[in-house]
Amino acid sequence: MDVEILARIQFAFTIAFHYIYPPISIGLGLILVIMEALYLKTGDKRFELMTRFWLRIFALVFGIGVATGIIMEFEFGTNWATYSKYVGDIFGSALAAEGIFAFALESGFLGILLFGWNRVSSGVHFFATIMVFLGSLFSAIWIVVANSWQQTPAGFHIVGNGLEARAEITDFWAMVFNPSSVERLMHVWVGAILAGAFLVLSVNAWYIIKKKYLEIAIPAFKIALVVATIFSISQLFFGHKSADGVSRNQPAKLAALEGHYDSSARADMYLFGWVNNKTQETKGLKIPGGLSFLVHYDFNAPVKGLNAFKEDERPTQVNSIFQFYHIMVALGVAMIALSLLACWYWRKGTLFDKKWLMYIFVWSVMMPQVANQCGWFAAEMGRQPWVVYGLLKTSDALSKAVSANQILFSLIMFTVVYTLLLALFLFLLHRKIQHGPETTHDEDDEANEAFTKRNNPLITHS
Amino acid sequence: METFLGIDYNVWWFLVFGGVISGYAILDGFDLGAGALHLFLNKEESRRIALNAIGPVWDGNEVWLVIAGGALFAGFPVAYAAIFSAFYVPFMVFLMGLIFRAISIEFRSKESMPWWRKTWDISYCIANIIIALSLGLMLGNVALGIPLNKDHEFEGNWMSFFNPFSILIAITTLALFMMHGAIYLAMKTVNRLYVKLTLLARDFTIFFVLSFAVSTLYTLLYIPHLSDHLRTHPSFFILPVIMTLAIANIPRSLKNGNFRFAFLSSSVTIATLLIMVAFEVFPYLIYAPNNPQNSITIVNGASSLKTLKILLIIALIGTPLVCLYTGFVFWTFKGKVKLDEMSY
Repeated sequence: MDVEILARIQFAFTIAFHYIYPPISIGLGLILVIMEALYLKTGDKRFELMTRFWLRIFALVFGIGVATGIIMEFEFGTNWATYSKYVGDIFGSALAAEGIFAFALESGFLGILLFGWNRVSSGVHFFATIMVFLGSLFSAIWIVVANSWQQTPAGFHIVGNGLEARAEITDFWAMVFNPSSVERLMHVWVGAILAGAFLVLSVNAWYIIKKKYLEIAIPAFKIALVVATIFSISQLFFGHKSADGVSRNQPAKLAALEGHYDSSARADMYLFGWVNNKTQETKGLKIPGGLSFLVHYDFNAPVKGLNAFKEDERPTQVNSIFQFYHIMVALGVAMIALSLLACWYWRKGTLFDKKWLMYIFVWSVMMPQVANQCGWFAAEMGRQPWVVYGLLKTSDALSKAVSANQILFSLIMFTVVYTLLLALFLFLLHRKIQHGPETTHDEDDEANEAFTKRNNPLITHS
Repeated sequence: METFLGIDYNVWWFLVFGGVISGYAILDGFDLGAGALHLFLNKEESRRIALNAIGPVWDGNEVWLVIAGGALFAGFPVAYAAIFSAFYVPFMVFLMGLIFRAISIEFRSKESMPWWRKTWDISYCIANIIIALSLGLMLGNVALGIPLNKDHEFEGNWMSFFNPFSILIAITTLALFMMHGAIYLAMKTVNRLYVKLTLLARDFTIFFVLSFAVSTLYTLLYIPHLSDHLRTHPSFFILPVIMTLAIANIPRSLKNGNFRFAFLSSSVTIATLLIMVAFEVFPYLIYAPNNPQNSITIVNGASSLKTLKILLIIALIGTPLVCLYTGFVFWTFKGKVKLDEMSY
C-alpha cells in the first residue's frame, strides 16, 4: 500500500477512535452540571450520589479522550507535513487558541472536579464542574472552526507557488466565522450532547430493568430524557442547517450525499438506497425531487450533479458517503422518535413499566455514537479529493520524509494499543456500572482497601 | 520588520514558544520524574501516595505540551512540519508513552488484583522513562541540527538520531526529571516515605550532575559550535552561573529540609538549561548541517506577520488565565498528600 492510503487510514482510525470520547465528555458535562445544580438547590442526597457516580464515569471517558487526543494534534505534523505548512498560518492559530483557552481550562479544573469533593466548598466544586463543561464546549469550537475552514476556506489569500504555496490569514474573524463554521459547530455540539444523554439513559434503563438503585436511576433517567428530547428535536433543525450549508458551499459533496449525477435533472431524496458509481445509478426508496426542494424549494428544479465536476475534483466513494449520510439521518430520526415515545409514556405514567422500551434504551447508547461517526465520515469523505476544499488535494498534503513502512509500523502500533484501550475501557465501564451509585464509598477506595489488606504483612491470613 | 516593544514579532514568538516549552518541562517534568522512580517505591501505600501527589495536576501539566504543539504549528509551521515528520518513529514511541502513562494512572486504582496493579505500575514507570528519554533524544537532535532538503524536509535516516550526543542529552534529561520528581514527591510526603524520597532526591541529584558534566564536556570537545554564542556574548555567562548556583543549592536545601527552595532550584535549573539551548540555537529553529542554506530560521519558518500578531494577542489574553487557574489548582492541593475516598 502506498503512503497516501496508509496515512489516510491511520488518520481516519485515530480520529474516529478519539471521537468516541470527547462527545461523551461534552454531553456528560452538561448532565453533570444539571445534576449538581439540582443537588445544590434541593440538598437531596440522591442527586449527590448520581453526580458522584457520573463523575467517576466522566473521569474514565475524559482520561481516554485526552490520551488519544494528544496524538491528533501532532499527527498533522508527522503525516501531513505539506498540509501543515500550507495551512499552519490559519489552522495553527485555531489550534493554539484551543490549547490555551479550552484544554487548559478543562484540565485545570478537572483536578478539582475529581479530587476536590472533600477539599473545596460545594460552590467552588460546582464552579469547577461548569468550567470543565465550558472548557469541553470551547475545545469543540476551535477544532470545528479549523475543520470548517478546510470545508469552506475564507479570510485568507494564497502566497507563493507550487511547493512553497501556502494560505495566509487576511481576516481573522472571517476565518473563524467562515461560511460553514457556525452551523457545523451547532450540529457537532448537539450530537455530542446526545452522546452523553443516551449513555446516561442506557445505564439507568439497565438499572431499571434489573430493579437496582431505582431511587437514583429513575430521576437520572428523567434528567437525561429531557436533555435527549430537547436536543434530538433541535438536531433536526441544526442538521437541516448543515445540509443546507453543504448545498450552498460544497455542491459536489451534496450530490454525493444523495448519489445525484445528472446536473440537468431534478434531484431526489432517498430514505435508503444504493449507489453504483460505475453506472451512475442510484436505486432505493425516494422522495422524488426531494433534494431539489431542499435546495431550491421547488420539486422540479435541476440540481448540480457529480457530472458537473471534473473526474479528479469530485469524490469517488459515492456509495460509502451516501450510506454514511443516510445512516446518520435515520439514526437522528430514530432518536427523536424514541425520546418522544418515552416522553409520551412518561406522561401516561407507565414509562418504567415498559420493559421492552427500557431494553431499547439500553442499546440506544450506540445511536448517537454511530450517527456522530457516520456524520464525520460523510463530511470528510465528501470533501475528497480535497483536504482544503478547492485549494489543496489530499494526495499533495503528505509528509515526504515519511515512508510507507514507517506508517505501517505506527498503524499496527495504534491498532494494537487502541484495541487494548477499548477493551479496558469497556471492562472498567462495565465494572463501574455493575458497582452502581448506591454508596458514597468509592469503589476505587474499596479496591485499595482490599489490596492493602491482602498485602499487609501485619494481618495474618488464617 | 515590525516590532512590539522593540522586539520583532518572530522573536516574540520564539520567546513565547520557549516559555511554553520551559513551562512544560518544569511542570510535567516532575510528573515524569515521579513516574520514572515509581518502582523505587516498594510499598503499595507509597505508590498510591506518589500517584496522588501528581493526581490532580498531571493532566493540566500535560496541556502545556498541547499548547507548545499548537504554538509551534501556528507560529512556525515549517518547523512543525519538518520536526514531526523527521522524528516520525521516535515521536510515535513518545506518543505511545504518553498514552500508557495516562491510562496507567487512570486504570491502576480501579481493581485490587495484585497482578493488575503490578502490571500498571510497571507500564507506568516504563512509559515515563520512555517519554523522558525520547524528549531528550529529540532535544539533542534539534540542538545538533538535522539534515534538510531545500523544501525544508528531513533528508536522512532516522537511525542517525541515535548519536552519542543526543543519547547523552536523553540520559541527562531523564536524570534531571528524576531529581525534579523526587524533590517534588519529598515535598508532598511525610514520615518514612519522606526520608526515602529525600535520599532518592540526593542520589538523583548526583546522577544528574554526573550526566550533565559528561554531556557538557562532550559538547565542548566535539561540538564546539554549540557554545559559540556564549563565547561571543560573554554577558550571557550569567546563565551557567545561575544554573550552577541553582544546582549547588539543591543538596543544601535538601539537607535543611527546605523542599520548596530545592524544588524552585531544580525548576530554575530546567529553565536555564533550556534558555541556554535556545540561546545557542537562535535564530535557527532547525539547523541543517548538510547545507546551512536549507536551515529553518525564525524568519523563513514563520507564519505571516498578521498571524504572529494574532498569536501574540491570544498569548497575552491566555497566559494570565492559564496561570490563574493553574495557580488555583496547585493552591487547592497544596501541602502533604492525604488519601481519601476520591484518591487513585
